Amino acid sequence: MKIELKHLTKRFPNRSKNQPDVIAVNDFNLEIPSGKLIGLLGPSGCGKSTALNLLCGLLKPTEGQILFGEDDVTKLPAEKRGVGFVFQSYALYPHLTVQQNITFPLENLKGKDKLTREQMQKRAYEAAKLVQIEGLMDRKPSELSGGQQQRVAIARALVKMPRVLLLDEPLSNLDARLRLQTREEIRRIQKETKITTVFVTHDQEEAMSISDLIVVMKDGVIQQIGKPQEVYDRPLNLFVAKFLGTPPINVFSGRICAGKLFIGEDAVLDIDGAEDQEVWVGVRPEGFVLKEQSGPLHCTLSGVEVMGRDISVVASHPAMQGTTVRSIISAENMVELEDETTVRFAVKPSKVHVFSKKTELRIPFEAK
Amino acid sequence: MEKNNLKGWLYLLPAIAFLGFFMVYPLIDVFIYSFEEGYNSASQTYYGVGLYNYSYVLRDPYFLQAVKNTLILVGITVPLSTGLALLISVGLSSIRTLRNAFQTIYFLPYVTNTLAVGLVFMILFKKTPYTDGLANLIIGWFGAEPIDFIDGPYWAKMFVLCFYTIWVVLPFKILILTSALASVNEIYYNAARVDGTPKHRIFTRITLPMISPTLFYLIVTGFIGAFKAYSDAVALFGTDLNAAEMNTIVGYVYDMLYGNSGGYPSYASAAAIILFMIVLTITCINLLVSKKHVHY
Repeated sequence: MKIELKHLTKRFPNRSKNQPDVIAVNDFNLEIPSGKLIGLLGPSGCGKSTALNLLCGLLKPTEGQILFGEDDVTKLPAEKRGVGFVFQSYALYPHLTVQQNITFPLENLKGKDKLTREQMQKRAYEAAKLVQIEGLMDRKPSELSGGQQQRVAIARALVKMPRVLLLDEPLSNLDARLRLQTREEIRRIQKETKITTVFVTHDQEEAMSISDLIVVMKDGVIQQIGKPQEVYDRPLNLFVAKFLGTPPINVFSGRICAGKLFIGEDAVLDIDGAEDQEVWVGVRPEGFVLKEQSGPLHCTLSGVEVMGRDISVVASHPAMQGTTVRSIISAENMVELEDETTVRFAVKPSKVHVFSKKTELRIPFEAK
Repeated sequence: MEKNNLKGWLYLLPAIAFLGFFMVYPLIDVFIYSFEEGYNSASQTYYGVGLYNYSYVLRDPYFLQAVKNTLILVGITVPLSTGLALLISVGLSSIRTLRNAFQTIYFLPYVTNTLAVGLVFMILFKKTPYTDGLANLIIGWFGAEPIDFIDGPYWAKMFVLCFYTIWVVLPFKILILTSALASVNEIYYNAARVDGTPKHRIFTRITLPMISPTLFYLIVTGFIGAFKAYSDAVALFGTDLNAAEMNTIVGYVYDMLYGNSGGYPSYASAAAIILFMIVLTITCINLLVSKKHVHY
């Protein structure tokens, strides 16, 4: 089912009087296509959890509309929206067994939807099987590991066959390996059930890896909506460029002058289609090419980190924002750097993003 | 290991000595007295050993009256006061405005003196040649005949005793339950709401189990407290409780020791041991029931 958010705004009154309201979600316009997995991505405090709570009805929007398919659900309370919600801390009822936790939402069904005990148990078993916990039905939540609890929470959200599944930082309480495994699980379950799913995370890698679409947020405002690769390759502004990618993008102070792109005093690219101005130049770590003699970008070498498949060359440059320039060079293109103090790079035009210093918006250009 | 054990016992010694001397020893002593016929505490003498004390006490109409009174008091006040306290605390935790004001009002009886409150209750309920009292004024509006609640029929006196007891124990229970309710994590309520749970089901399936340990604690201590009731009856009906038919088991024990007809420590001990057995039995039943229904 399609979800549409129109001019959705949520303001919280400020704790100290005479201060302006806190705008957690500011004029959201978003269309979530049916059966897709959407990642809401942003740093802590950017309003992504508020947006999710607005979607499920635990919070009421100050302004705007929420449509599920053709239905306006803006005024519906949480209990009537038919959404499944997986809480960050799972919120499993500690006094109920896994089985009872999963059947809990079914016992609330009334009228013609009412189920017999057998039907409930069958549905609970199916949901449990989907998340592969059917062997743990008689345990209490305290007897489960974090990953298992997480699966129970997903099963409980899925068992009532919700129109929409919402996940609030579902992986943040898991260790690194389990996180990797569980995010694939979530992807698989979403594909199998085809439920429109929105999930919130501050981890860009997590969002990129499993989402059909990602929505990058900052201070309650949507910065960019798009397919993960698209957003990564064509960030609309400096914030999005900085937020996506590990290691993060290297940002330099630079300028465009007479068809040349300068980083500091080094002219790194010949470009077309952009006016002369002061700019921020972002270069992805994988956008550097190591050249012994001819590279236009002169950096001072501070170290080489070997990571097996890749090698990370850490250097510094006078125009650099932040402390170090980090480049990732695949091992076969590596050049001996012993006893060198300076290192020279060329840059790949497709990995270079230029942003206006005034507006921080992307400046499109063509490399010659 | 051996050394650690010794150290552990050493740390426990002050508590063990204290409890042993002031609690275990008296308990055993009372148990012994209850089998010694005609024990005299001044001369430390007795006639013989046997079950006579028990058979006397169990045949004493005053004791049977006291047992009946105590059981009625326990049976009415424990469920009612716990239920009322739960109702009030749920109400308190669901309002925002004036919550603190109401909390203070409900807690006031706790800090007032029981005897003073008993006096006030007596004034409210007593019928004298000059006035029928406030309670009678109110029931008069509904067309009922005035009743003397303090010196009148048995059920009227029992009503006042129960009313008074509930009023006195309520504040503490409300205080404990409000804090138990506040400690239930909001997230469970949110989860239940998203799952479409109606309000009454949230209460029975989530709130009650979550606060069940506290509720259980209140029920157990409530039972024990009500079985040991004495001062409340004195505050309302004076010291001659046997004449007023309002004696409790603890009151009977006291009367046997120091009352007008007192001076019988053997009978008092037997009655005390009987009370002890009743409370022990009830508490054991409570514990057994709680195993099934209390979620820790």
